[in-house]
Amino acid sequence: MSEVGQLLVAGIAIGSVYALVALGFVLIYRATNVVNFAQGDLAMLGAYALLVTLTVFHLPFWLAGLVSLGVMAVVGILFGLGLYYPLRNRGFMPIIVATIGASVLFENGIVAGFGASPHVVTGMFGTGSFHIGSVFVNDQYALLVGILVVVTAFQFWFFEGTLLGKKMQAVSQDKQMALLLGIPVGLMIVITFSYSTALAGLAGVLVSPVLFVSAGLGSGITMNAFAATVIGGFGDVTGAIVGGLVLGLVDTFGGAYISFTYEQGFGMAVVILFLLFRPQGLFGERVAEKA
Amino acid sequence: MTIAAPTTIRPLQRGFRGRRVTGRGALVVLVVVVLLLVTALYPFNDLYTLLLTQAASFAVAALGLVILIGYSGQISLAQAVFFGIGAYALAIGVTTVHLEFWVAAVAGIALAALLGLLLGLVSLKVSGLHYLALVTIGVQTIFELWLLNQVNVTQGPQGIVNIPRAPLPGLSLDGDQAYLVFCLCLLCVLGSLVWWIGRMRIGRAMRAVRENPLAAEVIGIPTYRVKVEAFVLSAVFGAVGGILYTGAYAFISPDDFDLNHSIIFLLLTVLGGSGSVFGVTLGAVLVVFLPEWLEFLQNTYMAVYGLALILLMIAMPTGIWGGLRLIVGHWIKPARPPLPAVPPLTFRAPASKSEVMLAVRSLSMYFGGVKAVDGVDMEVRRGQVHALVGPNGSGKTTLLNVITGIYEPTAGDVLLDDRSITGLRPHVIASRGVSRTFQLIRLLRSESVLENVMVGAQVGRWAEQAHGGLTAQAMAALELVGLSSIAYEDAKNLPYGHQRLVEIARALASMPSLLLLDEPAAGLNDAEKQHLVELIARLRSESLTVVLIEHDMEIVRSVSDAVTVLNFGKAIAEGTCESILRERAVQEAYMGVVDVVA
Repeated sequence: MSEVGQLLVAGIAIGSVYALVALGFVLIYRATNVVNFAQGDLAMLGAYALLVTLTVFHLPFWLAGLVSLGVMAVVGILFGLGLYYPLRNRGFMPIIVATIGASVLFENGIVAGFGASPHVVTGMFGTGSFHIGSVFVNDQYALLVGILVVVTAFQFWFFEGTLLGKKMQAVSQDKQMALLLGIPVGLMIVITFSYSTALAGLAGVLVSPVLFVSAGLGSGITMNAFAATVIGGFGDVTGAIVGGLVLGLVDTFGGAYISFTYEQGFGMAVVILFLLFRPQGLFGERVAEKA
Repeated sequence: MTIAAPTTIRPLQRGFRGRRVTGRGALVVLVVVVLLLVTALYPFNDLYTLLLTQAASFAVAALGLVILIGYSGQISLAQAVFFGIGAYALAIGVTTVHLEFWVAAVAGIALAALLGLLLGLVSLKVSGLHYLALVTIGVQTIFELWLLNQVNVTQGPQGIVNIPRAPLPGLSLDGDQAYLVFCLCLLCVLGSLVWWIGRMRIGRAMRAVRENPLAAEVIGIPTYRVKVEAFVLSAVFGAVGGILYTGAYAFISPDDFDLNHSIIFLLLTVLGGSGSVFGVTLGAVLVVFLPEWLEFLQNTYMAVYGLALILLMIAMPTGIWGGLRLIVGHWIKPARPPLPAVPPLTFRAPASKSEVMLAVRSLSMYFGGVKAVDGVDMEVRRGQVHALVGPNGSGKTTLLNVITGIYEPTAGDVLLDDRSITGLRPHVIASRGVSRTFQLIRLLRSESVLENVMVGAQVGRWAEQAHGGLTAQAMAALELVGLSSIAYEDAKNLPYGHQRLVEIARALASMPSLLLLDEPAAGLNDAEKQHLVELIARLRSESLTVVLIEHDMEIVRSVSDAVTVLNFGKAIAEGTCESILRERAVQEAYMGVVDVVA
């Protein structure tokens, strides 16, 4: 029983990482219709930003984390301006290829700069942990889940309760209309990229004490974030969070009970099942294109 | 009688300075033959021979991506998987299972095709979201894990050595240069095949899917099947490339088939120019030789490739070949074959069937709580022009979308010639003789007017007609709407009114028995409207049945035999134009009625 509880905790913790990345991915998709293949690599960059601030500048973990988030917010602005802006009117294909290029560039750029070998990062709590019944909970896992809850609450408040959030929603619904209403659409999209990248960076910062930090971290996270959005319903915010958690559990339990070697494959299997039987995901509505 | 177009239509003259040259094709063949002879005879050093062979095998695999990305507009990140399936099936088949070379090769190709079919069926069903790119990344990851870990089958990271080359009767391919020439000859054959596929019906269908999937489906193209076919073809070319690759170094290992290689295939395809056989060949040579030439980049060249992908998309989306073609094309244009002068398309009076052609029975379409169409009954009689009018948002277009199969109705039934077509896929309904235009024009924008109309012609039941060939059929449809003189123009360069007519011509080219026009007069000037009215009148005189959504009551009055008025999703009146305008409900819906207090 305690083994199942243990896996449950680990699954929810890793699922929280997928959920955070998937959330950023969905926000970008809703605002711009861009499927960002570099989302996981943005998380990986966040982890490296943490690594540098910790090991080069010797900042305490919490401060290093905050600085990394700031850096990633700026990276997000540059990503939006450098990649989305020039391609915004070119249709779907060019931009999808460009984000694949960005993913390759980030991953191999990091390999060139830091080497391919993984780095170890010690978390805020060292190796602290506590018990719930017989289940042993790593402090970092608790932090991951706690932060996902905080981000979800913030997200809800931001989009439902603030004018800026409402403007960003308007942009994702209809850019032309938003422009006519006097909303600076370009600025809103840049903010979306910045916020989404910071979310990915947050995931990278939080996961780095749990997993090793390596350049290859990104593509795995991208795939899982995608899978999470398919499970939750493409473009659905709640779906991204629930999908991320579901996927974390599937990966963890599959890895433990079926095959550790193919752990990464289980998410894919679930995605294929969803595409076959419920292509609109858990929360998505079946929508047809307007003629 | 040909209806004259309202404004004089002549080919647009846009800074045309170059000459149209015939025989470009012969020139291309000549250049290719000379290049082949040069590679056969020139004493390359051993390294270059092997690298060229590798490039040829990459180019063959990338030909699949010409079909998938260039023609069909779908993205795959698993071309290295199919490349790997071909290579490993051959290597394992020949070295471990001791199969004949050709048997193993065919098995590899069949395996790749099968995997492509399964993946395509799963991931291409939902259109517009590019699930294929996502699923293929996943498959790529699993394939890598399998190659590395299934040591008893794949020999794991060690790889497989001593793979023999293709045995040819009477020819030895033991010499590296001989094998190179063999690969290049195969590349030429397969390249011609891909070029030819692009010009066939299947190629045109793929381009229609790429340019406008919804329009393609409604015209009558089975878009799902076309996309799956494109993916299976791309898998087959990938496997053939992989089989050729085994012969280059007689050695393969999992590193040759990782995600990086799938990305390299994607890169070389867009670098060269994704729609072009020559483009990908050029791209393949570049990506194979660049790491040799740019040795100072060492381990960063994948990063450079990533950057190159971004910059290419921003600065040169048509790739190197596309850029070259633009420059050369400015001076030398391909000859345009003269188009047949054909009489305008005619429609025969249909064999006598039931009087009611299209019947809509208590049809409802709800979107959540919104009742867009709410229990509508309507009958369209054969040979009549039936107008569908109503205020904005009254459900006219939704009704059309349900009739053509874009939406599956919440309740009710649609009958065509007394047979239910409810819930059928749009292309199936199109194949029963229903054709339509869209309120927002949906043309294949970067294709010529002629190609646009040929898409309609190729899905139609045109074989019954006297017109010979697709081109003639399309030209006859263009002649009917008065646009045959601008057949070679790109659709996107036409003025708005002409784009509407092209869409109508495309619908007519499929020889429909029922034509649905969704606000065809919207945005037209008076002369163009007059032209449209004459066109509809002519179609009516040839007994074509037409359903017309229109706001302009003058047009409705002059062409329609019957009118149905919709308001808030319900049919509130039906009859002749004069009779419905007298009905109180219609007056209320349109103008509001002030109660006069006596």
